[in-house]
Amino acid sequence: MAKIEKVEYLIIGNSAGSIGAAEAIRETDKAGAITIISDEPYPAYSRPLISEYLAERCSLERMLFRSPDFYKVNNIQAVLGKTVERLDTEAHTIELDKGGRIIWEKLLLATGGLPVVPQIEGVARRGVFTFTTLDDAKAIDRFLRGVAGAVVIGGGLIGVSITEALVKRGIKVTVVEMQERILNTILDEEASVLEEEALRQAGASIVTGHTVAKISCDSTKDAVSSVTLDDGNSIPCNLVILAIGVRPRTELTSGTGIKINRGIVVDRYMATSSPDVYACGDAAEAYDFIYGENRLNPVWPNAYIGGRIAGFNMAGVPTEYSGGTAVNSLRYFGLDVVSAGMVTPLDDGYEVLSEKYDHTYKKVVLKDGFVVGMVFASDIEKSGIVFNLMKDRVKVDGFKQALVADNFGLVSLPEKIWRPQLEMPPSVSASSIISTEQPEGILMGE
Amino acid sequence: MTGWARRDSMAYGSYLPHIAIPKGRLIYMRRIYIKEEVCIGCHLCEVYCQLQHSQSRDLIKAFKRESPRPLSRLRMEEKRPVSFSVRCQHCDESPCVYACLTGALSRDPDSGVVNVDEERCIGCWTCILVCPFGAIRQESLQRKMVKCDLCQGEDMPVCVTNCPNEALVYAETDI
Repeated sequence: MAKIEKVEYLIIGNSAGSIGAAEAIRETDKAGAITIISDEPYPAYSRPLISEYLAERCSLERMLFRSPDFYKVNNIQAVLGKTVERLDTEAHTIELDKGGRIIWEKLLLATGGLPVVPQIEGVARRGVFTFTTLDDAKAIDRFLRGVAGAVVIGGGLIGVSITEALVKRGIKVTVVEMQERILNTILDEEASVLEEEALRQAGASIVTGHTVAKISCDSTKDAVSSVTLDDGNSIPCNLVILAIGVRPRTELTSGTGIKINRGIVVDRYMATSSPDVYACGDAAEAYDFIYGENRLNPVWPNAYIGGRIAGFNMAGVPTEYSGGTAVNSLRYFGLDVVSAGMVTPLDDGYEVLSEKYDHTYKKVVLKDGFVVGMVFASDIEKSGIVFNLMKDRVKVDGFKQALVADNFGLVSLPEKIWRPQLEMPPSVSASSIISTEQPEGILMGE
Repeated sequence: MTGWARRDSMAYGSYLPHIAIPKGRLIYMRRIYIKEEVCIGCHLCEVYCQLQHSQSRDLIKAFKRESPRPLSRLRMEEKRPVSFSVRCQHCDESPCVYACLTGALSRDPDSGVVNVDEERCIGCWTCILVCPFGAIRQESLQRKMVKCDLCQGEDMPVCVTNCPNEALVYAETDI
């Protein structure tokens, strides 16, 4: 690579948001130079699959998010395994480690998140890992030989996903969750209980309402041997996973004046407070259509869509982000659960409708006649209909009970909603109808 | 007009209502539409879909013996006297494609068909959560999503050709 380069589009990060942006840019600008820089040495891979990889259910090849020739076909220069050292928004430049400078016209910060490392005694010991990258998964995989017991600190999505993988690998796992229930930020109490049952049935142990106070090591081998909880109880283990959460990776913005709250603050066009600089994904704090304000929603679909919106705007096509919200689909240990929006009402000003039978659970949270949150377990095939009623702010007063009913479907909605979506629009002329000869053997006639 | 055509002026089902499509990018899209007023709810569309997506393409085997049991890619909805079938609409701004965690879902830029690479689908069901039509089905045994593929390789989707009352219309639209 030349020492100084000039590109129209520079994207820092190489995951969902980055690819979303690059694809959107190429839909409108076939020629403008795009460079993607990532400190990870891999072509874009599906980050959620690192647990599948660790569970030995998914090969490295299958983890690729796009075909191997993606960068070539789209004429994108990928600079992989390099770190951006410095960002100068005034001069529109970045500097790479070990030299190299790139001048950009439009910049996207798709830098993702960094795992939160708690201040616990012994956290730097051998056998303590975070779990957010493919390299983390590889390192844990290499370490697993001889590991009998593991403690996962944090019962969120990352914690539960690695628990499933480790259980599949025959390891005895204890999840330690500080709050009273696992998955407490994305599920309501009932669904958390269902997940806890599924985890316990698979052989994992769960300790809630406690934190890990200390990670101890074997005196002879400098490797983890146990953790001690805040109540003094200790759990023997050779592996500790830190899964407290992730925080937006914003270090590049320091000294640039780019506005940061919890993440990089972006407007409805995914633009930061600095001209020509955009942000998306786990690094960004973008509009949440349920809460009506900017929030961190670090999930894959939001990253891709946010990146796509940023990409259009970077390419000069003004495109507004309609907003995201928490969307999660879980399928651990054979239990299907989806959730979105506000799963637990903030106060008494909400209406909750739910149905529970066998292993099926359906719940919607309503505010002023609009859906603002949902949790579905087991019977999830039509959950997307409810999600889109929420997304599109459709008033559901008149048919709200149907949303959690067993036989719910599009037909449960008012005709004026489903008919224009499924029928041929008047704008389609009869000549566009494709037909062949009548098939033989008609069973029912006119 | 701003020079940019908006595909979806309807409020419902527009996951990304503000996306604009560049002028000159005209996509011809084939789609199956319902004619609810003549659908009698006979479920033949479902039967033929299931048969079409079976290994054996034999009615008895497909319904009685095959494992995994072939799934109909469409779903009948009924609330008498109303009935119609629902299937993937191959949305232009496809929420399922954007939500797909693995890259298994993609939309062919030429044909407009939303395709799934079954090898890469891990059955995470994120697509299900965002589909406005509830048109994605779970092949639970193999943990794969399945959906309408417009019967690739056939001149016409079999649900349309075999609908006895012509309650399904296959048409090409420009969006």
